[in-house]
Amino acid sequence: MTSAVADGGVPAAVAGSRVATWRPRRFSPRKVIGETLFYLAVVIVVLIALFPFFWILRTSLLSDQQIAQGVGGANGIIPSHLSGSAYKEVFTNSSFGFLDPLLNSLIVALATTVVTIIVASMAGYALARLHIRGAGAILAFILLAGFFPVLAMIGPLFLVLRYLGWLNSIWPLIIVYLVYTLPIATWLLKNFFEQIPSELEDAALVDGATRLQTLRKVVIPVAIPAVFTAAILSFILAWNDFAAPLAITTFGQSQYQTFYNLIDAAVVIISIPIALLVLFAQRRIVSGLTAGSFR
Amino acid sequence: MVLPVIILLLAITAYPLVYNVWNAFHFDNLSYGGLPHKFVGWANFTAMFDSPVWVSALERTLVFTVVTIVFDMVVGMGLALMMHRQFRGRGFLRAAILVPWAMPTVVSAMLWKTMFDPSSGFVDYILGAFHPVWSSLAWVNANEWRAWAAVFIADSWKNIPFVAILLLAGLQVIPNDVYEAARMDGANWWQTFTRVTLPMLKPAISVALIFRTLQALLVFDVIYIMTGGGPGNSTETLSYLLYNTFIINTDFGLGGAMSIILVLLALAVSFVYVRAFRPNTA
Repeated sequence: MTSAVADGGVPAAVAGSRVATWRPRRFSPRKVIGETLFYLAVVIVVLIALFPFFWILRTSLLSDQQIAQGVGGANGIIPSHLSGSAYKEVFTNSSFGFLDPLLNSLIVALATTVVTIIVASMAGYALARLHIRGAGAILAFILLAGFFPVLAMIGPLFLVLRYLGWLNSIWPLIIVYLVYTLPIATWLLKNFFEQIPSELEDAALVDGATRLQTLRKVVIPVAIPAVFTAAILSFILAWNDFAAPLAITTFGQSQYQTFYNLIDAAVVIISIPIALLVLFAQRRIVSGLTAGSFR
Repeated sequence: MVLPVIILLLAITAYPLVYNVWNAFHFDNLSYGGLPHKFVGWANFTAMFDSPVWVSALERTLVFTVVTIVFDMVVGMGLALMMHRQFRGRGFLRAAILVPWAMPTVVSAMLWKTMFDPSSGFVDYILGAFHPVWSSLAWVNANEWRAWAAVFIADSWKNIPFVAILLLAGLQVIPNDVYEAARMDGANWWQTFTRVTLPMLKPAISVALIFRTLQALLVFDVIYIMTGGGPGNSTETLSYLLYNTFIINTDFGLGGAMSIILVLLALAVSFVYVRAFRPNTA
């Protein structure tokens, strides 16, 4: 690491570093090629990330007959005939039992998130700011707990829940998911709180802000996105692991054929709310984390 | 303020762990409900270590873990740098990368199972354009390599964004002055990256590494859905065997023994990482 820290006034058109800054550049063939390659890479990444969703959507709109005959993707990238029959079947055929587990997993994931955020913010802030005796050991324990293989506890959990007669209840799951969410949320928030003060608070104080102004205008606005990030992460971790979506694995299968249109209709239905959540959350994360706070 | 976390985590982890240790030294199989839960010493452990199925699952899991984290960290770093750059469409890129990460593993696994299906999938559709034979290649139930390739791609597609997001968050807290200083000193892109960015990213890298390694070591749902451990046993991992032992065979003694090994493995890995990335060395 370099020792000298430049304080402003750097000429803008210094070439080479594109790690963190982007500045207007003078035209040169090399840069044009570089930019083209960069955008090409972006396009490839976006395609890899999103194309499967298009394919799922396409498959979900096929009829059972099209699926049955569709050897080697005979239906084409955009099939000539689209049908909503798979969606109708997923919603109306009660033997699939698709909607109830979905609702349950939503409830469990939300409840887990609320508990996680309350407990983890307290712990994260305390570990970052207060000089707690044995903070290192506590952090190590929280980390280690996060590495606890959840599958390793399904045996004991099963026996305990069976003993208590709670095997069909969704609430014990909240406790189970805390083992996923608490460590990562605590860790992220602690790291975040730790990184706020030295640079930002001092800078604001030097600029003449009072302590209270600094807290209100610097620390809190910066912390909200971090809490939000931790919340999203917790929700997704809890939502991710709920076994109920496994329900989708049991339908759409006949003895000879897997009806991917049914499975993919379910996949689309599950994906849409999450995709919307991410698009919404993405704006919050981006605007929060990159609003010039650390520049 | 820290107490609630500790109490909750102790209750969730310590209790099942103790219960597993107890079970591991006893005979406890619900399939033989009438038999007593008698003490059997190390019998469950010797049965496990003598089982070729378990030993090869261990090998597979370790190989998968190493390959996965190397690949995920490298690609994740690339994506983080890409997202960190300011350009038109950056928000869209971030959203596009975030979406796979947010999908439940069940969903991403089903999605890739569709993609790799010989009749409904895109992979064979596009491969068929190059060679007719490839237009109906089986993947998840063909052979070990193809089944693992499908699992690996599905797993990477879902999990690399997680690495990228953590690294991006790390990139964003590096003050710009440091880069300007490096530039003043005449550092080129690579020097800046290796001497400034990477060291300052150490906390973010450590978090990403730890979580990815453990996820890979415990990989279960993607395999459960895509291959069901097959063809044969060729994609069975430690977690998959554990699930089978607990839930299918209801053998809580052997399952307890397997759990303990898995926990020890996870602890060992995390211990190594926590030592390597101790805050005071960062």
